[in-house]
Amino acid sequence: MTDTQVRTPLVEMKNIKVAFGGVHAVDDVSVDLFGGEVVAIVGGNGAGKTTLIRTLSGAHPADSGEIFIDGEQVTIHNPRDAKGFGVETIYQTLALAENQNAPSNMFLGRELKTTWGTLDDAAMEDAFRKVMARLNPKFLNFRVPVQSLSGGQRQSIAIAKAVYFNARIIIMDEPTAALGPAETAQVGELIRQLKSEGIGIFLISHDIHDVFDLADRIAVMHTGNLAGVVNKVDVTKDEVLAMIIMGKRASEVTDTDIEELH
Amino acid sequence: MTGGNPTPETQEPAGIEAASSSRRSIGSIVRVAEIDTRLLGMIGALIAIWVLFNILSGGTFLTARNLWNLSVQTSVVAIMATGMVLIIVTRNIDLSVGSMLAVIGMSMALLQAEILPEWLGLGHPLIWIISLIAGILVGAIIGALQGAIVAYVGVPAFIVTLGGLLVWRGASWWLASGRTIAPMDDTFQILGGGSKGTIGGTWTWILAIVGCAAVVLLMWRRRRQRIKFGFEPRPMWAEIGIGTVLIGAIVGATAVINSYPMPALLAKKYAEEHGIAWHEGLEIPLGLATPVLIVIVVAIVMHFIAARVRFGRYVYAIGGNPEAAVLAGIKTRWTIVKAFTVMGVLTAIAAAVQIARLNAATSGLGQLTELYVIAAAVIGGTSLNGGVGTIPGAVLGALVMQSLVSGMVLMGVDAPLQDIVVGIVLVIAVAIDTYYRKRVST
Repeated sequence: MTDTQVRTPLVEMKNIKVAFGGVHAVDDVSVDLFGGEVVAIVGGNGAGKTTLIRTLSGAHPADSGEIFIDGEQVTIHNPRDAKGFGVETIYQTLALAENQNAPSNMFLGRELKTTWGTLDDAAMEDAFRKVMARLNPKFLNFRVPVQSLSGGQRQSIAIAKAVYFNARIIIMDEPTAALGPAETAQVGELIRQLKSEGIGIFLISHDIHDVFDLADRIAVMHTGNLAGVVNKVDVTKDEVLAMIIMGKRASEVTDTDIEELH
Repeated sequence: MTGGNPTPETQEPAGIEAASSSRRSIGSIVRVAEIDTRLLGMIGALIAIWVLFNILSGGTFLTARNLWNLSVQTSVVAIMATGMVLIIVTRNIDLSVGSMLAVIGMSMALLQAEILPEWLGLGHPLIWIISLIAGILVGAIIGALQGAIVAYVGVPAFIVTLGGLLVWRGASWWLASGRTIAPMDDTFQILGGGSKGTIGGTWTWILAIVGCAAVVLLMWRRRRQRIKFGFEPRPMWAEIGIGTVLIGAIVGATAVINSYPMPALLAKKYAEEHGIAWHEGLEIPLGLATPVLIVIVVAIVMHFIAARVRFGRYVYAIGGNPEAAVLAGIKTRWTIVKAFTVMGVLTAIAAAVQIARLNAATSGLGQLTELYVIAAAVIGGTSLNGGVGTIPGAVLGALVMQSLVSGMVLMGVDAPLQDIVVGIVLVIAVAIDTYYRKRVST
C-alpha cells in the first residue's frame, strides 16, 4: 500500500472560484480525490456543492482556479472535454433525452457507427444490454422512450453510461434523491463496486446517512466556502452536521454547538 | 427508429402469447409486428378522405388522372414539410419558408431568363444546372443565417423567421421590381413535371421494381442484424405481412400512375419520335412526374438523415431534453444551424419545382405556403413541443391536406370554405393526436 502523502491525487481542484453576478457561489475552494476513494461533498442548499462540481464536469467553467488530473493541469471548457479526461457525471436531473430509448441515451454524443458511417443501433443495444446485465438484470425495456421508465431504471441508464465509457472519475449529484429504499441500497452497492475497481467518486448528497455509509472523506461546504475536509472515521455525524449548519471547521465544533443542534 | 414513435417492447411470456393467440387482439398484432400506429391512423384517415370525396364527387376523385395531378400538387409542400419536421423537432419554427421560396424562385428565374442567357446565350445546356445550384446556395445561406441568429444570438425562432417572412418577401419584389419573370429554361422546366417532365411508363415500372427490391433488402438486413446480436426478430408472419403490404402499395401506386395516358396530341408526337405506329386511342402512359420523383428522393434522404445518422439523432435529442443534449457533449447550437440550413436547401428545391411548374416567377410566389408546410408537418404527427415527428408522417400530412383541397376544388367548393375546412381539420388532427398521446403516456 502506497502512502497517501506521496500518491498523486486522481483529481485536484485548486482555488476554484465561480460567481454569478456579484454572488460568489464557490469562493476559493480546493478539494482532491484519489483513485478508489469516495469523497462526499455535503452542505446545505446553496452551499455551492453542485456549482463546484459543475466546473469539473464541464457544465459551467470556473471563473478562476486550477484543475489537475493525474497531476497534470487540464482545462475543461465543456462536457466533451471532461469526458475526454474520463470524467463522467450522473446529474441530479439524470439529464436524459426523454424521447429516446435507453441505448440511445447511454451513447448520446458518442454513438457507435457502422462502416458506412450510419448509426449502429443494433450494436448500441447489444452493448447496452451487456452493461445492464451486470448493473441491473431486471432492466428489460430496451426500446421504449425513457420517459416511461421508473426513477431507478433511469438512474441505471445514467450509471451504465459511466461504466460503459470506462470512467475513471465519476461525479454523482444526489444519485439517490429520486429512489426508493431498495434502489438506494442498489446504488450503494454499485458505488462500492466501482470504488473497488479503482474509480474515484465525488458524491454530492443531502443524506448524511448515505454519506457516512459510502464516503471515505467528507468535504463540507458552507455558503460557497469550504468549511473543511474530514476523514469519515475521525468524525461523528453530529460534528459533520454542525459543520454543515454553522460552517465551522471540524476542530472548532464544540460540544455546546452539538447540543444546540439537538 | 429514433425517438419519433415508440415501438413498445414485447414482454409477455410465450405461454400467455400462445394461449391468447386464438383471439389475438388487433392491438397485440400491431405491437408484435412493430407497426407505427400513428402512421397507420393517418393512412386510415387518408383512405377515408379519398373514399368520401370519391362518393361525393360521383367517382371522379379516385381516377388515375386526379390521383396523378394530386401527386404533383402535393410535391412542393411535401418537400418543405420534411425539413420543417427537423426544425419543429428541435423546438423551433420557420415562418419564413414561403417568402424564402419567393426570393429563391425569383433569383433562379432571373438567372435563367435574364442574366445567364446574356453570358452563355439563350438555351445553353448549363443554364438550368447553374440556376439550380445557385438557388440551392441562396437557400442554404438564408437558412444558415436565420439558424445562426436563433442558435448563437438567442433570438427566438418565431421572431427571427417572422422577420424573415417580411424581409424575403420584400426582397423577392425588389429583385425584379415586382415584374413577372418568364419563361423558364427548357431543361429546367422538366423539374416542374409539365408535358416533358415525366419519366415515362417503362422507367416508372423499373423504379417500382427497384423500390420493391429495396423493401425486401432492408427488411432482410434488419432481421439479420437482430439475429446476429441475439435479439428477438419480428415474427415471420409480420415480416411477410408488412412486406406484402408495402410491395402491394408500390405496385398499386405505379399501376395507377401508369394508367394515366398522355393527351392525344402529345401521344401522337411521342409515337412519331419513337417510331411507334400511331392510331386513334393509343394510350402511352406519362409515368411518374419529376416533382414526385423529387419528393421520393427527398423523403428517403431526409428519413435517412433523421433516423440513421448522428445529426438526426441530435436533432431529436435536443427536442427531447435540450439540457441533456448539452451535457452529453452535443454541439446543440451548431445542430440547430444545420437544421435551418437543411430547411433552406429544401425550400430551394421546392422553389425550383414551383417556378418550373408555373414556368414563371412572381414576387407573390409561395404566399401562405409556410402555413401549409407547418400544417402538413403537424398533421403528420410532429409535436410543437419538440422531440416528436417523422418524415413519412409529414409527407402523408402534406398528402392529406392536398387531398382535402383538391377534393373540394373538384366538387366546386368556394375558396373561403376550403380555407375554413382545412383550418378545422388542422385543429381536429392535433386534438386527436394530443388525446392519443395522453392515453399512451399513462
